[in-house]
Amino acid sequence: MNQTFEFTLDGRVIRAERGQSIMQAADGAGVYIPRLCDVEGLEPEGSCRVCTVKVNGRFAAACTQPAEAGAVVESETAEINHHRRMLVQMLFHEGNHLCPICEASGNCELQAMAYRLGIHQPTRFPYLQPVRPMDASHPDIMLDYNRCIRCGRCIRASADVDGKHIFDFVGRGINKQIGIDADYLAETAASLDDLTFSPGLCPVGCILRKGQGFATPIGQRRFDQEPIGSDIERKREEPA
Amino acid sequence: MPAAATQTTTELVAQVCGRFGHDRTRLMDMLWALQKALRGIDKATQALLAQELGTRRVVIEGMVSFYAFFTDRPTGRLAIRLCDDVIDRHAGMEEISRTLQQELGLGLEQTSADGLFSLHHTPCIGLSDQAPALLVNEVPVTRLTPERARELIRWLRRNPDPAGLAQTLVGDFAPLGDGCNADPLIHSLVENQIRLPGPVLFAEHRPFSGLQAALQQSPAQLIAELSRSGLRGRGGAGFPTGRKWDFTHRPPAERRYLICNADEGEPGTFKDRVLLTEKPDLLIEGMVIAARAIGCAEGIIYLRAEYEYLLAWLENRLAAARAAGWLGQAIGGVQGFDFDIRIQMGAGAYVCGEESALISSCEGLRGEPKNRPPFPAERGYLGCPTCVDNVETLACAARIFAEGADWFRALGTEQSSGSKLLSISGDCARPGVYEVEFGVSIAELLALVGAEQTGAVLVGGPSGQFIGADQFERRIGFEDLPTGGALLIFNQSRNLLQVVNHYLDFFIDESCGYCTPCRVGTVFMKKRMEKLVKGSAEPSDLDYLKNLGATLRASSRCGLGLTAPNPVLSTMEHFPMIYSALVKPPKDGQHAYFDIQAALEESRHLAKRRSMIYDVDYEN
Ligand code: SF4
Ligand code: SF4
Ligand code: SF4
Ligand code: FES
Repeated sequence: MNQTFEFTLDGRVIRAERGQSIMQAADGAGVYIPRLCDVEGLEPEGSCRVCTVKVNGRFAAACTQPAEAGAVVESETAEINHHRRMLVQMLFHEGNHLCPICEASGNCELQAMAYRLGIHQPTRFPYLQPVRPMDASHPDIMLDYNRCIRCGRCIRASADVDGKHIFDFVGRGINKQIGIDADYLAETAASLDDLTFSPGLCPVGCILRKGQGFATPIGQRRFDQEPIGSDIERKREEPA
Repeated sequence: MPAAATQTTTELVAQVCGRFGHDRTRLMDMLWALQKALRGIDKATQALLAQELGTRRVVIEGMVSFYAFFTDRPTGRLAIRLCDDVIDRHAGMEEISRTLQQELGLGLEQTSADGLFSLHHTPCIGLSDQAPALLVNEVPVTRLTPERARELIRWLRRNPDPAGLAQTLVGDFAPLGDGCNADPLIHSLVENQIRLPGPVLFAEHRPFSGLQAALQQSPAQLIAELSRSGLRGRGGAGFPTGRKWDFTHRPPAERRYLICNADEGEPGTFKDRVLLTEKPDLLIEGMVIAARAIGCAEGIIYLRAEYEYLLAWLENRLAAARAAGWLGQAIGGVQGFDFDIRIQMGAGAYVCGEESALISSCEGLRGEPKNRPPFPAERGYLGCPTCVDNVETLACAARIFAEGADWFRALGTEQSSGSKLLSISGDCARPGVYEVEFGVSIAELLALVGAEQTGAVLVGGPSGQFIGADQFERRIGFEDLPTGGALLIFNQSRNLLQVVNHYLDFFIDESCGYCTPCRVGTVFMKKRMEKLVKGSAEPSDLDYLKNLGATLRASSRCGLGLTAPNPVLSTMEHFPMIYSALVKPPKDGQHAYFDIQAALEESRHLAKRRSMIYDVDYEN
């Protein structure tokens, strides 16, 4: 039952199918809505709020909000981008991020999102500078929680796709963090074959594959050549 | 540890899981059973439980670390939780805390060497009208003074039996509270303080007469009648209850659920506590009527952990209703109308007052709100259509069917029919519970409760708004000042910024942490407020706070994050003088807040020497 209908996104007519979220429909039409916790192939979670849009004048997360016939959706407005910048800045300040010495630089979605949204300088937010441990127990994989943005992608990938459920959230509030199903990663069934540990699943440099950090030189990495979202935006030019 | 001890825990875990049929959705109950038996659920126990239930240890850890009343470290056999709310502080709570620490020889969050006592602070326990108050395990102790606190500890040392605490402590320590608080099943010091009974909830009512009338009507007629009454949800948001019932009734489904939200967590709110104590039958009656209208066979009362002392009483009232044929099979002789209610205990999480978080908790999950849509009416508890109504709302429904929709409609105002229960506390002569008709003004209320020299009123608790004297003619109701039921009064001597700061701490602690704006933004607001309180803020800091508040309001995922900036934003709006008095424009382009001496202190420490320029008495 493929019912299609239309709505508008920043004035552009978008065709959607029943059951699609605003973000899925926009992706299909080649319109990129900024996001961090959502990634293709996993259930949307709706936690980073970077995809916030206005639907008929009310704020909603585009990744979890179903597309509706006739809806008027705003995304690239000054007001919404302002909120997005605030959210991305919050994520930077919540963890410990030192891009120049981070091996995820250039591949990192948080960094790329900052560039895309025009964040080039320090912000007025305080640095929380949490003290977070690292877990280097596993022979192939390393976890540096300093950079975790609590997007929950690893949780969903491990539970829903790999069927291992190695991660879950523990704690609440500002103390909410990734917990693992053992004292150390080495004691779990974590393996490089898992989707969870594949490159790009973790949007930042929290899940790292050992010995591969600088295999691709900086300058030739995922977001060094073009801004984040370009892959989706390219679809717009291609004939349908 | 000796093998025998481990063996016992293994057996205990198996036994607890057995009691709940190894049903993972009953995880809250299992964790409660373990927490009570072991005083803490450590990693080893978490692993055993996970194994027994066929889940992961990290899932159990996620639960234990989410709820404030669960812990992985052992608490004392007598866990003392002192209510740390603004009203309690103004009533002298800080001194009580010092006294307790002294008397017990313990710091906060510590457990005594003999494992008998542990001491904790906890957010509002619903006793603001008899503050300062605390809980010893589930037993409330009210109206504390330093002497009473000392006396309490001495008494507990002589009678360290947690099992008999409610029955013995109260009689020995002080007289019983009024009304049903004196019932042997409650046996509590708590007082109702019903200062003004109104026409709806505290009026004469023949038990289950509303239900009898309702059973003469079809479910569709019930929904129509309730809609006609104009009843709106009493939790604060004010969604029309008839529409909610209708939405839950509509989708085709095998099973539907009704959940009563008795998770009264908004600081300063305690009217549901009084309803649960004095009018449990009215609540049960309202639930049965709702079940009839919606078409559901199972109901849940989600009771906040702080009200566990009412559990035996409520169970007893449910049993009595069952015995009288008002719950169970073929209710009121109507073939095919089967409905029963169970009580689900919460475990200390304000966010569970949010209906979808409450559903998560009932399902044995972390109390995180769910993404909407789908709304609970469509897909709620265990994926079934679910209606979540507040205690007061359901009690109102019972009265509406006893007296008729027109009677109810005639009370209150155009858009807010009926009465409202208010919990009034703070600086006034007669704190307590007031049942007023909607439309009453704040000034009228202040006169009623004997409040003088009032500086500010917080309507609806910290998620509501602060108003000042120029707004006291405003009226309670959905047209003007909606409220879940809290009215906190602050006289002119109170430091409002401290109050605001305290509520920010509350939201920081109670944020579930799911979404970025609420998890991080609340912390940033607090940091900037501290700068203000210190007197080192500049005008741009006010813009910063407004800006940040706007992002929280725009992008938070649930009501908690949407309302967390309210204390800051509503005081900035209604009490601008407080803020402007503390804000200085930067001098000569220098940031006023930059404290060179404080900055140097760290460098001095690191360099192990002083500054030649800034330390005037510097010599080599
Ligand atoms: S994870 Fe990304 S944002 Fe963080 S330091 Fe590394 S590159 Fe920068
Ligand atoms: S470890 Fe990576 S994938 Fe997992 S929550 Fe943190 S940032 Fe997201
Ligand atoms: S707004 Fe706060 S409480 Fe609500 S989902 Fe987000 S983090 Fe959790
Ligand atoms: S991408 Fe939608 S909330 Fe994160």
